[in-house]
Amino acid sequence: MARKINLRIWRGDSTNGGLQDVQVEANEGEVVLDVIHRVQATQMGDLAVRWNCKAGKCGSCSMEINGKPRLACMTQVAAYGEDETITVTPLRAFPVIKDLVTDVSFNYQKAMEIPAYAPPADLKPGEARMEQVDVERSQEFRKCIECFLCQNTCHVIRDHEENKKSFAGPRFFIRIAELDMHPLDILKNRKRTAQEEHGLGMCNITKCCTEVCPEHIKITDNAIIPMKERVVDIKYDPARMFSGLLKREKRN
Amino acid sequence: MTNALERHKYDVLVIGAGGAGLRAAVEARESGLRVAIICKSLFGKAHTVMAEGGAAASMGNANSNDNWKVHFRDTMRGGKFLNHFRMAELHAKESPDRIWELEMWGALFDRTKEGKISQRNFGGHEYPRLAHVGDRTGLELIRTMQQKIVALQQADKREHGDYESHIKVFAELTITEILKENGKIAGAYGYWRESGSEVLFEAPAVIIATGGVGKTFKITSNSWEGTGDGHALALKAGANLVDMEFLQFHPTGMVWPPSVRGILVTESVRGEGGILTNNKGERFMFKYIPDVFKDKYADNEAEADRWYEDQDNNRRPPELLPRDEVARAINSEVKAGRGTEHGGVFLDVSKRLSAEVIKKRLPSMWHQFYELAGVDITKEPMEVGPTCHYVMGGVEVEPDTAAAVGVPGLFAAGEVAGGMHGSNRLGGNSLSDLLVFGRRAGMGAAAYVKQTTATPVSDANVAAAAARIEAPFARSGGENSYSLHAELQEVTHNLVGIIRTGAELKDAIEKIAEIRKRSANVAVAGGRKFNPGFHLAFDLDNMLLVAESTAKSAIGREESRGGHTRDDFPGMDSGWRQYNHISSFDGTQVSVRKQALPFMPKDLFDLFEVDELKKYMTPEEIAKGGSN
Amino acid sequence: MSGVFSPTRAKIKERTLRTDKWWLQPAITFAVLFSFIIYATFRAFEGDNYFVEPLISPFYSPCLSQACVEGSTIFGWTPVSAEIFNFALSPALIILIFPLGFRMTCYYYRKAYYRAFWLSPPACAVAEPHSKYTGETRAPLILQNAHRWFFYAGLLFNVFLTYDAVISFKNAEGEWGHMSVGSLVLLASSTLLWFYSLSCHTCRHTVGGRLKHFSKHPIRYKLWSWVSVLNHSHQQFAWYSLAAVAFADIYVRQVATGAWTNFYFF
Repeated sequence: MARKINLRIWRGDSTNGGLQDVQVEANEGEVVLDVIHRVQATQMGDLAVRWNCKAGKCGSCSMEINGKPRLACMTQVAAYGEDETITVTPLRAFPVIKDLVTDVSFNYQKAMEIPAYAPPADLKPGEARMEQVDVERSQEFRKCIECFLCQNTCHVIRDHEENKKSFAGPRFFIRIAELDMHPLDILKNRKRTAQEEHGLGMCNITKCCTEVCPEHIKITDNAIIPMKERVVDIKYDPARMFSGLLKREKRN
Repeated sequence: MTNALERHKYDVLVIGAGGAGLRAAVEARESGLRVAIICKSLFGKAHTVMAEGGAAASMGNANSNDNWKVHFRDTMRGGKFLNHFRMAELHAKESPDRIWELEMWGALFDRTKEGKISQRNFGGHEYPRLAHVGDRTGLELIRTMQQKIVALQQADKREHGDYESHIKVFAELTITEILKENGKIAGAYGYWRESGSEVLFEAPAVIIATGGVGKTFKITSNSWEGTGDGHALALKAGANLVDMEFLQFHPTGMVWPPSVRGILVTESVRGEGGILTNNKGERFMFKYIPDVFKDKYADNEAEADRWYEDQDNNRRPPELLPRDEVARAINSEVKAGRGTEHGGVFLDVSKRLSAEVIKKRLPSMWHQFYELAGVDITKEPMEVGPTCHYVMGGVEVEPDTAAAVGVPGLFAAGEVAGGMHGSNRLGGNSLSDLLVFGRRAGMGAAAYVKQTTATPVSDANVAAAAARIEAPFARSGGENSYSLHAELQEVTHNLVGIIRTGAELKDAIEKIAEIRKRSANVAVAGGRKFNPGFHLAFDLDNMLLVAESTAKSAIGREESRGGHTRDDFPGMDSGWRQYNHISSFDGTQVSVRKQALPFMPKDLFDLFEVDELKKYMTPEEIAKGGSN
Repeated sequence: MSGVFSPTRAKIKERTLRTDKWWLQPAITFAVLFSFIIYATFRAFEGDNYFVEPLISPFYSPCLSQACVEGSTIFGWTPVSAEIFNFALSPALIILIFPLGFRMTCYYYRKAYYRAFWLSPPACAVAEPHSKYTGETRAPLILQNAHRWFFYAGLLFNVFLTYDAVISFKNAEGEWGHMSVGSLVLLASSTLLWFYSLSCHTCRHTVGGRLKHFSKHPIRYKLWSWVSVLNHSHQQFAWYSLAAVAFADIYVRQVATGAWTNFYFF
């Protein structure tokens, strides 16, 4: 049942590195993370790789497999051809630390910059009442396992290092959408800050974030585009612009 | 070396960033202290995310008959009355508040029609009690607390100009030693996994919240992090471990394909109507209802099926018996040759529920089987078998403060702490345990810090800790940590597993000692930078101590109870119920002694029917009717 | 050196290590859209062969110019002069801006042409060739936010085109109760346009997506749920409706030039 497969693994650190070929055994039903572990246990004891749950729930083993951002634990070896070489590299949008491990601190920095959930001041624990239909949209975004594959694939930062300071990325657009759609959140300026501080306007909705999401969250359709539309509501809506002009005239 | 050493001073050091650690950190921070949180992996990846079913709390949203007393009774029953009564009491009383608090921090649980938090059924719980979000409740918990910590950091930024002025997360850092000065906690020593460089933390209080020990076993639902670090750190710091023989084998882990062996199939599958059958198509659980549960569980299929619609007038299906019972039943079926091709049994939810309902209520299970095993659970049964899931044993603590007995300044909460669950934990009680005792550990540590003075860590202490880290690099041609780990797992799996015997345990103790001797000679190839071989060398050390403690506790307890089953002593013995096993470490080996279990006071005693207590307690205990 | 070749990133010289045919999708998109643009430009300037009783090409409807051929206008209403600054204006040019604007700012087409035409990015995890990128934050791309305006205009156009489809159920003499291949072609194109418009993200937002509490607006929640279902297929509707409109125009042109005969079923 076991067969030999060809694996090409990127090894190195921020100063240097390259792809190395190894042959390793693979058993029926195994995923790429399994064979990486076998390489680690038998050939490269110091091969660095992040992983935790091995069940697609923690989002640690994010890497690029044949150039596609994926979770190694959710990628079946059998999905590749018998003679195909499987190439495994670290995420290419973030600084590499060693081998398959990258520095994803960018994401934790951005997480700190998104204003937290803000319930009404007089809400007492146990008294919150929310309808299921009102929480469902936000619940979809809370499925996020923070694998950061969406952040990694987003060309806004993947291809433009300089944009990192002004762009929160898809993971945090769904966080903003989650809070803006949260039935009890009362913070009013989430739409405006999404556009003006977190770089929502940088997104050109090319949908790669949605394509790579292992949780199948409809990042673009259900979070980013609705947020863009909400921004249009407050900034670019014809009716509102008109009534805004009127108001300003009155004030003057 | 000491000159360049990275040093940090905090009021409280929390080791572990799962549910309990984060809850403790929030509490300590809200008491005005400066807190460091150490996580072995990235922030938010802790094993808590794997918890699927829910968090048990008697809010009474689904059935208004529920209250803390019922929850307390269920917990004690589940633990076969070996629980520390006070922990079970605090847990049952405080869980609802802890869940409501999460909601204030942004958690979005599934809702009832009235807009309250929905609650689901689970094994061993008399009423629907588990607050849940589909089958990803653990993720919701950890993300909510992660975001609560960010909220606190944002407040600190507004007040002090720095997000990390009062609460800082040290991600991918391993603690190798807890340091004491003059018998009191003084800090901890560790290294960054990324760079391998060393770090000293000075703090008067340390909270251990490192979770479980599953990686000691071959088939486990735990991730690589479950290596018993906190158990071992506490032992080495002079604390005790209580009842380490009790390990919960979750009855339903995946058994096929091999690469996913052990991964959990949530109990909610059974809660939602999944039935267990053997290879003859027989619904075998009816044969395995123990006497103590006869009046609570249906003995025929018709009644069991009716229960899903009418829970007040029917007894529960036996698939929802406590986990230890179900795990043993599956084990017996497989041993009797009635298992599946791959050594499990069938769990089928497709017959009772429609495909849409399955995908709605058990979305991640559907994905898990579809993507990892190529099985569509809306059409075909799953193959499942027992997997090492949870350790009931852990650090001996004071229930109210979570302070570790015997070590001033040391606290423990969550899975790493012992006593709460007795000999067997009910599903759903883990997430609520994290919250209740995480908070109490935070409070306990805060109170302690406010009345003590911090002691600086001595240079000698630092040098010794540094030398230990350096040691494996200095050796060459020594043992390989990966193969030693595999050997250990083989020993525990075969000799300290679900069903144990005295002879096998004796064998296990010798073999573990042998592996431990060899582990002193582990050599590490490569550099310090993110080197998993190096990381495993330290994890291995911890797992060996845990395994030793488990095997030695198991050989002493000559009865079968909850998560400890002796083939040579198959019955439950009321005499043994009166004792805990206490493990301690003298620097070379673990020793285990008996210690009297505190007896519950009259007000708690009176919550039970005497007839029920007779099944667990000696006539003398019944006659006493409580400790006061 | 920026992007994936930045100094801190893993040193990999390839722009992408993808081994699948990632270039195929953008290449097809490019070919189809480009052909459409060429054809539409030619037709917009042709100013002829767009009307043959009872069929009018969707490129020329509503026909509002004094240049419109007889019978193609709506009750003879021609508010726009035939030429501007002595430049003969094809009747298509004054209206095409609206459907074109709707499609240009459509959330789906944006994805399609940013990838296929602007290669930003050409495909996921394939490095784009541009050294600077500011997205839709400044002119001209900030105008994408005008999608809503075009959406409203598009709805109006759908009404006109539906009207065209209805009156195509006449014969060449203007008598009701007949049906030709042409009527079916116009009916199909106007129906698909409705699906395209109603499945659009702005529509989804407007009918209910903007609400915070669905539970307080049950009817709008229902509408939102329906539009959400349509929205899943917005991409398909975008292509089908584009093809249908193009074919409707080709059909009308072929009939008008006499190359094809509009077959009547009854």
